[in-house]
Amino acid sequence: MTFWLLLTLNSVTFGGLLFLLSAGFSLIFGLMRIPNLTHGSMFMVGAYLGTTLLSGALGFRFNFWLAALIAALEVALLGALMERFLLRRLTGQQLAQVLVTLGVSFMVADLCLMGWGGDPISVVTPPGLTGFVRAGGAVFPLYRLGVIAIAVVFAIALWLMLERTRLGAMIRAGVDDPQMARVVGIRVSQLFTIVFALGAGLAGFAGMIGGPILSVYPGLDQDMLPLALVVVILGGTGSLLGSFVGSIIIGFIYNFGQALLPELAYFILFLPMVLVLVLRPQGLFGGQIL
Amino acid sequence: MTSRSIGGRVAITVAILALAALPYAIKEIYYVNIASQILLYAIFALGLNILVGYAGLVSLGHAGLFGIAAYIVAYLLTSGHGHAFAIVAALIGSLSVTACFAALSLRATGISFIMITLALGEIIWGLAYRWISLTNGDNGISVATRPSPFGLALGDARVFYGATLIVFLLSVAASAIFVRSPFGAALRGTRDQPRRMNALGYHVWLIRFWAFMFSGLLTCVAGILFVYYNEFISPQALALTASAEALLMVISGGAGTLLGPIVGAALVVIVKNVASAYVERWNFMLGAIFVAIVVFMPEGLVPGAVRLARSFWRSASRSKSASAAVAGPRQ
Repeated sequence: MTFWLLLTLNSVTFGGLLFLLSAGFSLIFGLMRIPNLTHGSMFMVGAYLGTTLLSGALGFRFNFWLAALIAALEVALLGALMERFLLRRLTGQQLAQVLVTLGVSFMVADLCLMGWGGDPISVVTPPGLTGFVRAGGAVFPLYRLGVIAIAVVFAIALWLMLERTRLGAMIRAGVDDPQMARVVGIRVSQLFTIVFALGAGLAGFAGMIGGPILSVYPGLDQDMLPLALVVVILGGTGSLLGSFVGSIIIGFIYNFGQALLPELAYFILFLPMVLVLVLRPQGLFGGQIL
Repeated sequence: MTSRSIGGRVAITVAILALAALPYAIKEIYYVNIASQILLYAIFALGLNILVGYAGLVSLGHAGLFGIAAYIVAYLLTSGHGHAFAIVAALIGSLSVTACFAALSLRATGISFIMITLALGEIIWGLAYRWISLTNGDNGISVATRPSPFGLALGDARVFYGATLIVFLLSVAASAIFVRSPFGAALRGTRDQPRRMNALGYHVWLIRFWAFMFSGLLTCVAGILFVYYNEFISPQALALTASAEALLMVISGGAGTLLGPIVGAALVVIVKNVASAYVERWNFMLGAIFVAIVVFMPEGLVPGAVRLARSFWRSASRSKSASAAVAGPRQ
């Protein structure tokens, strides 16, 4: 019983982390029609930058949350620059854009290896969330509950942004029909930069938030990118609800798979993605943005 | 096919002779091994090029096919079977997997095709990485010996190079025949105008399926050579990075040409092996080359160089005739 409870809580935690990662991925995919293959790199860079800010190597020891925020902003800037100066040159050539993101992910991975070395760096749990919660004989780290809370807060904030603000309406219009959006006077290309920066920033933030659970190591990008892909394919591109539900589903499949069928863990992780792509290419919630 | 110019034939003959003479011209075994690597990756790239260049379908899962052939050989050899049995079984097994790949991924084109092949490649990688009782996980499988067909000991680097060269030449010839056949023309038709081809009565799906199978065949052959070359296989050879590297070979050299993937394979292998001795950040270089080629020379090195050379000759001959025209009236 305790085992199942722990596994379930871990699954929800991981799902929350995946939502932070994949929400931006989904919006970029929905708007620009390309999978951003640097998204895993953004996650890793966010985590690395955060650890540097935490360690006080810059002369000032930042608070965990402040470090996560600054790292997210830096990664968002990186995303904006990449969209503006690389992807913008290839407007309309989706294949070339995908290949460029792939090339950049190679470069980022190598730069991180150069900057932060090959050893895994563990991230200290922020003070205040170091405790444990006891429930029904199970002991559960408080920080993981905190991650779930953060994911829920971000989900609500993103939903409000998309549903209640002018920017959100513009993004929805762009996802729905970029040409029509352009005709009615929305600067879609500017929207691309904003959404790319937003998505990258969210991924960077997720990297730092995930730090105390996953730690940071070379190859983290290659571990996270396929997960984001699976979530977004499952949930449908450009759909916030889809990436939320997809994240929770994948969180469960990943954790239960690792615990119960470790030999086939990746098989049962990617199988739903293939099935969805083959049987329902628009994803479970595709075509609607919420 | 028969209209090939004499110059072209001479060039091909010289190239084959140069490739055959290579191991005797090079003293160091290290460089002979690099040459073998280039040839086996060129076969892989030629296979991927059939899909990317001629069918217009970009696959990011081909390392899975490459690896499955290698794993079947390694597994059968370690469980005591002979080389011939292992190779035949690897071809049959990996071609069956290729057929599954094709059946699933050809429901889509464009970005969706990339995503499905990527997911399928990751499944194969995940199995190799995690199904430890079968694949020995991250530690990989070592293969003790290379075969010695017809009394040729392939354990020797130069002999192995010769065998790889023969397989490579056969692959190039097969690709050339495939591409120039009516089927190849139909395949290019499905790339450029799938709906018109459909209206003309061609079975677009089936044409793509057979192209996928041929692509898979070359990929699997390269995988078998790979496991014999390294005498080792581990999940790294199946990872997304490996698929991306193969794609880089095709695109950097020039997708949709026969020479392009070969040049691309040489470029990538040389950057990986030779440049890594001098530059520590070769992975960064690989990524940077990728980005630069996609942005500045999207058609690839071979067509790009041909275009540059043509425009150079044209401008040169034009200036010559222009100067002749200016000089003419004076005389």
